[in-house]
Amino acid sequence: MNQNINRQQVERVAHLSRLDLTEKELELFSGQLAAVVEYIQKLNELKTNGVEPLAHCLPVHNVFRNDAVKPSLATEDALANAPDRTDDFFKVPRILDDSSGA
Amino acid sequence: MAAKVDYKVIVGLEIHVHLATRTKMFCGCELVYGGSPNSRVCPVCLGMPGSLPVMNKQAYEFAVLTAMALNCEIARFTKWDRKGYYYPDLPKNYQISQYDLPLSHDGFIEIPLEDGSIKRVGIIRAHLEEDAGKNTHELGNFSAVDLNRAGAPLLEIVTAPDMNSASEVRQMAQELQRIVRYLGISEADMQKGHMRFEPNVNLHINKDGQTYKTAICEIKNLNSFRAIERSVEYEVHRQLDEFLETGRTMQIGNKRTYGWDDVNQTTVLQREKEEAHDYRYFPEPDLVPVEMDEAWFEQIKSRLGELPLQKQKRFVGEYGLSNYDASVLTADKATAEYFEKVVQAGADAKRTCNLITQTGQKLANQNNTTVDKLGISPQNLAKLAQMADKGQISATAAAQIFEKMSQQNADPEQIAKADNLLQNSDAGAIEAIVDQVLAENVDAVQEIVSKGKKAGKAQGFLMGQVIQKSKGQANPKVVAEILSRKLAQISS
Repeated sequence: MNQNINRQQVERVAHLSRLDLTEKELELFSGQLAAVVEYIQKLNELKTNGVEPLAHCLPVHNVFRNDAVKPSLATEDALANAPDRTDDFFKVPRILDDSSGA
Repeated sequence: MAAKVDYKVIVGLEIHVHLATRTKMFCGCELVYGGSPNSRVCPVCLGMPGSLPVMNKQAYEFAVLTAMALNCEIARFTKWDRKGYYYPDLPKNYQISQYDLPLSHDGFIEIPLEDGSIKRVGIIRAHLEEDAGKNTHELGNFSAVDLNRAGAPLLEIVTAPDMNSASEVRQMAQELQRIVRYLGISEADMQKGHMRFEPNVNLHINKDGQTYKTAICEIKNLNSFRAIERSVEYEVHRQLDEFLETGRTMQIGNKRTYGWDDVNQTTVLQREKEEAHDYRYFPEPDLVPVEMDEAWFEQIKSRLGELPLQKQKRFVGEYGLSNYDASVLTADKATAEYFEKVVQAGADAKRTCNLITQTGQKLANQNNTTVDKLGISPQNLAKLAQMADKGQISATAAAQIFEKMSQQNADPEQIAKADNLLQNSDAGAIEAIVDQVLAENVDAVQEIVSKGKKAGKAQGFLMGQVIQKSKGQANPKVVAEILSRKLAQISS
């Protein structure tokens, strides 16, 4: 399985992450990422037939907390690092093509 | 406009239900509707580096309980995934959700339709995820973000495309609301956004011996059951018209999203998906998987209780109520339970049903509450029902006494006495009045006896006279009986 990262894939991933890359950067990252992927592909040498996929690397499950209220941050503290605010809201550039909402 | 064409409406729903936990899904911030902006946020839900989410056990159990009520397979092993997300109302830049191992799948919901039949709609999956905050767009080139809701637990339910009309979609939504309220897992108030329904609508159109499928449209922005029904109706007509005009059909990637404009009662195109979204799911490393053993499974299952449709069917079978009456009584769990307590206290079921659904619910609505919280003990309401059954009070008086009882949970008999509402069913006393009325109204009697044109009217007049003379207290049933008997005697 040869999955060397090509330039097109880097462009796509950059777009998904809303990163604006220059020609030079695209060139640089394509090479770097290809090297990383090639290195990782060493793992393909392992025989994994019949091995269950691992959902999590820790041998731990069912870590819960009770539904109990804890103090939140003061609004001033919550907004302290915000680049901009309006009243008690975070102020951000207008959202174009709004597909927000979970 | 649409010519006569044969078509089938196909609708599936994506549903989000807010779980009524006290705190968010992964942190202890309180969930408050209408709190001041950014007053319920912490490093976890603000997505600050170094913070770690911890799962709310109540949210998980609420989700499993609902999935059980929806007849789903409950996963014994489930995990969390990150879903790429680029909007500022979820500042981590991803949403914690479930991708390939949801906590439940493959269930169904049974919906009582208006014609009395039951419709089964498949549930593809139900999983937990976190809600986003709120963006407001009233600042020109800027948006204001409130993160109080960010991280609130949401149950996402995806149905199969099994609904075939706008009214079925609305009834499905109402039944789901009834179920989650019975379970107590959500307030399920659509106006407050506790329940969000997104119908996916398209048509299968038969034309010239061929079936054409229109492009699937998703409708957002629905905040009432009425809006759900109207928007699907609108979309059906819009798609039909569009197909007839343009012949446009479903293609890969031409799914569209419409928003419902409640003011103009139309759907408005929001976005056209040219390519499938790449959410880049990957396992959430900050949360460990959940495993459910038999003991925990049974413990949650024991909280299921009787579900609304089961209760409705039982009310029909056990109390001989009509399907309609049973559905009205079981719309709200507390009301249904109150009804049963009154019947257990010795009242007739049908009479109790009438008292509750007619007078009781009117009073409850006026007071913005439910019938069980009107302050009337089941024993007292049972007594009122019995008094009405025995003819001691008229139906009108029963309603009056009901209202008084809600102000002062007093014995209905005392109220009836105090307000002079007791009906006279004493045959002897009524007979005396009847005799007197007959003697005073010879003309009317003559009309009846000679079977004149106005015989019916005359009898009604005599009836009224008797009731009037008794100051409205004579039991009309008894009066009618005696009057008929006496008139028959005169005629023979």
